[in-house]
Amino acid sequence: MKAAAFDYIRARSLDEVCQALADGDGEARIIAGGQTLIPLMAMRMARPETLIDINDIGELSGIETGGDFVTIKACTRQADILASDTVRAALPVLSDALSHVGHTQTRNRGTVGGSLVNADPSAEIPLIARLLDADMTARSISGERTIPAAGFFDSAMMTTLEPEECLVEVRFPVWPANRTGHGFHESSIRDSDFALAAAAAQLTLDQSGNCARLHLAIGGATPAPWRLDAVEAALTGGDLSDEAIEAAIADIPDMVEPQSDVHADADYRRRVARVLAGRAICDARDRAKGDRA
Amino acid sequence: MNAPTEFRYISKKRRVKEDRRFITGRGRYAADYKLPGMLHVAMVSSPFACADIKSINADAALAMPGVHYVLTGEELAANINPLLSGLDLPEVKRLPLANGRARYAGEWVAAVVADTRHIAEDAAELVEIDYDMLDFVIDPEEAIKPEAPVVHPEKGDNIFFDKTWVWGDVEGDFKRAPHSLSLRCSTVPIETFAVTASWDDGREMLDVWASIQMPKYPEQIARALRLPVSSVNVHFDVDVGGSYGLKRGIRQTVIVSYLTRKLRRPVRFIEDRLENMAGGEMHGPDRIFDMEVAYDDDGIMHSLKITATDDCGCYPGRAPLQLGKPVSAIVGPYRIGSAQYHARSVSTNKTSQEAVRGFGQAPTNFAIETVVDRIARELGMEREEIRRRNLIRSDEFPWRIPSGSEYDSGDYHAVLDKLMEAAGWDALIAKRDELRAEGKLAGLGLSTCLEPSGGNSSFEPLFNPKNDTTTWMESCLIKVDMLGGISAMMGTSTSGQGHETLLSVSIGEVLERDPDSIRAIHSESVTALPSNSPVGSRMAIMLGGAAAGAARKIKAQLIAIAAHNFQLPEDRLVYEGGDVYVEGDPDRRMKWEQLVDIAHRQYHNMPLGSEPGLQAQHTWEVPTGGAMPAADGTVQMYPCYAFEAHIPLVSIDPGTGQVEIHDYFIGHDCGTVINPDIVRGMTFGGIAHGIGAALYEKFQYDESGQLQAGTFMDYLLPSAHEIPSVGMVKHFTPSPLTEFGQKGSGESGYLGAPAAIAGAVNDALAPLGKSIETLPMRVRDIEALLNG
Amino acid sequence: MSTHTVKLTVNGKSCEGEAEARMTLVDFLRDVLELTGTHIGCEHGVCGACSVILDGKPVRSCLIYAVMADGHEITTVEGLEGSDGSLSPLQDAFWENHAMQCGYCTPGMLIASHHLLQENPSPSEEEIREAIGGNLCRCTGYQQIVEAVQMAAEKMKGGAA
Repeated sequence: MKAAAFDYIRARSLDEVCQALADGDGEARIIAGGQTLIPLMAMRMARPETLIDINDIGELSGIETGGDFVTIKACTRQADILASDTVRAALPVLSDALSHVGHTQTRNRGTVGGSLVNADPSAEIPLIARLLDADMTARSISGERTIPAAGFFDSAMMTTLEPEECLVEVRFPVWPANRTGHGFHESSIRDSDFALAAAAAQLTLDQSGNCARLHLAIGGATPAPWRLDAVEAALTGGDLSDEAIEAAIADIPDMVEPQSDVHADADYRRRVARVLAGRAICDARDRAKGDRA
Repeated sequence: MNAPTEFRYISKKRRVKEDRRFITGRGRYAADYKLPGMLHVAMVSSPFACADIKSINADAALAMPGVHYVLTGEELAANINPLLSGLDLPEVKRLPLANGRARYAGEWVAAVVADTRHIAEDAAELVEIDYDMLDFVIDPEEAIKPEAPVVHPEKGDNIFFDKTWVWGDVEGDFKRAPHSLSLRCSTVPIETFAVTASWDDGREMLDVWASIQMPKYPEQIARALRLPVSSVNVHFDVDVGGSYGLKRGIRQTVIVSYLTRKLRRPVRFIEDRLENMAGGEMHGPDRIFDMEVAYDDDGIMHSLKITATDDCGCYPGRAPLQLGKPVSAIVGPYRIGSAQYHARSVSTNKTSQEAVRGFGQAPTNFAIETVVDRIARELGMEREEIRRRNLIRSDEFPWRIPSGSEYDSGDYHAVLDKLMEAAGWDALIAKRDELRAEGKLAGLGLSTCLEPSGGNSSFEPLFNPKNDTTTWMESCLIKVDMLGGISAMMGTSTSGQGHETLLSVSIGEVLERDPDSIRAIHSESVTALPSNSPVGSRMAIMLGGAAAGAARKIKAQLIAIAAHNFQLPEDRLVYEGGDVYVEGDPDRRMKWEQLVDIAHRQYHNMPLGSEPGLQAQHTWEVPTGGAMPAADGTVQMYPCYAFEAHIPLVSIDPGTGQVEIHDYFIGHDCGTVINPDIVRGMTFGGIAHGIGAALYEKFQYDESGQLQAGTFMDYLLPSAHEIPSVGMVKHFTPSPLTEFGQKGSGESGYLGAPAAIAGAVNDALAPLGKSIETLPMRVRDIEALLNG
Repeated sequence: MSTHTVKLTVNGKSCEGEAEARMTLVDFLRDVLELTGTHIGCEHGVCGACSVILDGKPVRSCLIYAVMADGHEITTVEGLEGSDGSLSPLQDAFWENHAMQCGYCTPGMLIASHHLLQENPSPSEEEIREAIGGNLCRCTGYQQIVEAVQMAAEKMKGGAA
């Protein structure tokens, strides 16, 4: 499984990356962690003429906090994000999800940007980006733009990034910690496998313990991570009793659009998306109430 | 029988010799050997489940710089003999490259040879092949039907083998408990098959370095290439990165051997994982069982009817015989008086089956244990109780089963007792119930099974009477050199079983010399003595026996030299640690070094007519072997029977179908243990393999005949997360047939684990009135059963 | 396509070789530097047989092109023993506990465990299984490997060099 031949550029700056992408005329690709791209190239399912290595660009790596946001540069290693106390405090749902991403060794190389741009429907990082309404910033020789998560993930393995754009950073909104809780559940066959279905939830309670704000996102059972507005609306303002949650999630099997593959068929993903959504919302509720860690 | 204490080295804790090179990265695997001028091969595979090959145009490929040759199936077929089959199917030709017709998606159609593997893959993409797609059949039960597309039109149907044997009075009083069960059993090693062949025109010798585990490998190479056997030199000292039966790579070998003879340069082929999964021909038994048992109200089983339909895939190599080996233990460990066995091997347009650990015994154990559990459930009897009532009793050995094999020894009840105590059955039941109270499904499994060992392959003549063979042997050559060092030669390869340690400990035991001072060597095939390869869990028995036999001859020579020099009869002498002394007078002693020096340098002090030097060889036939099957098919198949009992505790997430194994216990008896760490590790690994077979691993094909599980992303091997820690209790019932009482343990754990896990899952599903009888029991299958 | 000169530090020594851009680090180590201790099992990043330490972290060397490793530091299984050939406590524990059979996954297991013990001298069983969770073994069922890592941790705490 040897890749088809390609030219290699080790870029030293973001400008160099953008120029190389423009020069490549659609046949140049960025390589960051390579944990997904290199296997695809080994199987000759991806055959870029030029690989632009961005691993040496300092400005593309790092975690910054400011205001109500955490900004993570695109080439930041998943392992570094997982190890970050800052992220764990501000974005606990991301830390939780990251422990399910691949394995130690792949997280040592894999990057947050690589996962976002790859847009695998069962990937955890895109799911969290959609859950939290993250903003993605992309640059090309034409300039820079910001794309909200809702408009970033187009369909399976497809984003709205243009071929000559380089993802620069992802900015996650941080919710007030008080009375806020998260939940994350996925079903996979083995521990490190891709999620057959996944659900992520984050909610904040109001003074009387009712749901003031709820975000719920599903992965693995949809072409791209989706927020389930109907479920969010049904539960917002309510008491988040087990019965209310059960009722609100009942129609999730009809709300999702899963695929069948060698590991699970579409019906599995439909049913399990509902089960995991319920568990994620319950965990978020219990954490918000302080009933669980 | 408790842990034996009467040995000096046998059964004692000792580091495994060969581990030393593995921990320093100094193993020498097939891909590590580099020869000057070596060329590299990549395969071109058929994308279709069945298609005629109309034309092959290699012009563009050959024009690429660095490409040396493109070999087609047509050229190869014209220049070699077809490969061997274990069945009598002369009309079905098995060739390394498809010739004229490709019969499964992934079958190799052409081999590209280039300076590097990279270039070979580049060129392989440029080979233009014109195919005419044909009808195909994927499902073995469809393949049996008269209207099914025929995989080999020359044969006329898809039945490779179909025979029914009746042993004993099966038509007795019979209570029908008909079942249909199916089990697919497979594996892949982490190292793919790799082979380098180099033809030396000067010596007229073909040297082969391969990741191989195969009886008669040099002979099969010679036969295919029309060479004398003495022109084929297989380097058995290549380390093999796991095999479990599968690494039979004769197609790969014949391809590179033909190429090296043609191109006059060494040629290497290392399967990449895509070639390995789709075209390496490494399926295991893929078997559908129909079971009927006659039993009475006390739960005593009287008779057993088994129909096994096995999906052989495309070509019949040795693998269909995996229907035959279970004849060796057709009633399991139970006192069942009669049995009927209907075995069918069916061809389909899929990659071919190959031998997998146990050679068909694991699926059979699964079928028998599932039926035993079913009977227990119907009678409202405890699963332990029904087994206790039916297990052969320790005072009944040797026990002859209806199909003719005699079980050598055993104490099944004692092993079960020990296991039940170590596992704490009642505490596990309580734990199971706690898990249920937490909202999970939970179940406890119990299986009791046999591991036939010793590799008496009498299923060969049983399945093909024209193959009148009864010789299954093993050899060892020992040399004691002039300075007193001991070297022992074995004539076959090793894939992790620790044969060097086996040799040195066995010889050390007989000669009473420190095993660390004994060097174990893998011969080359041209200098090797007869061997039948590590298969059928046979090497502890057979190589251990050959080594001990040769060591006894050395010992006899030493005593003879001492007797001659003491001028005393041998019965007045005592052998101790390599020295020989006069009985009652230990100071009157000839030491090892002295005796060795006489043997090598002092012919004047040797007994009359002696051979100079100190060396001996021993080749011996498998105990109880040597007889052809009787007309009714009865025959002794395998000499020694190890026993194991498993108890796993599992839970199932009812919402997702995910299975977790909380506890796992095994009681194991393989007679005398030669090296405890080797047996322990082999058993744990076998259990892990069995867990993979029960829950994760499957060569999945879609309706268009494409292999969907063609990479490690889709063929799921269990990791350290999925495999629990196992508690093992040991029991030791020696075999009366072997040197030290040892039985085989190469398949231990694997033969009973799928049955046990299935039992546990079904115990978890039982409160819902559901059951699952197809393995693997995947997450999707369990969830669909619960919620679909 | 052109070849590149790749310079990196392997097991403390400066090494150099020529490689096409598409040559993976594992192929470079094995075929150019002739360090065959690191093994290939899948070439798509699942089995872990190719594990090496890159700049202090365990990674899959089949998922890095050699050119990307230019200028970086690699440790392979060959670098775990002492310069006099003495075994590390971890290697010795692997031998003592027979934490292998065919040996093919063993270099990767050693790399993963070696790194674990450097970061976490007292790992729990769960942490050990997590650390080797990306290294597949078909032979052993993992148990004797886990025990060996525990044994090595004990020995190293006892002050053994």
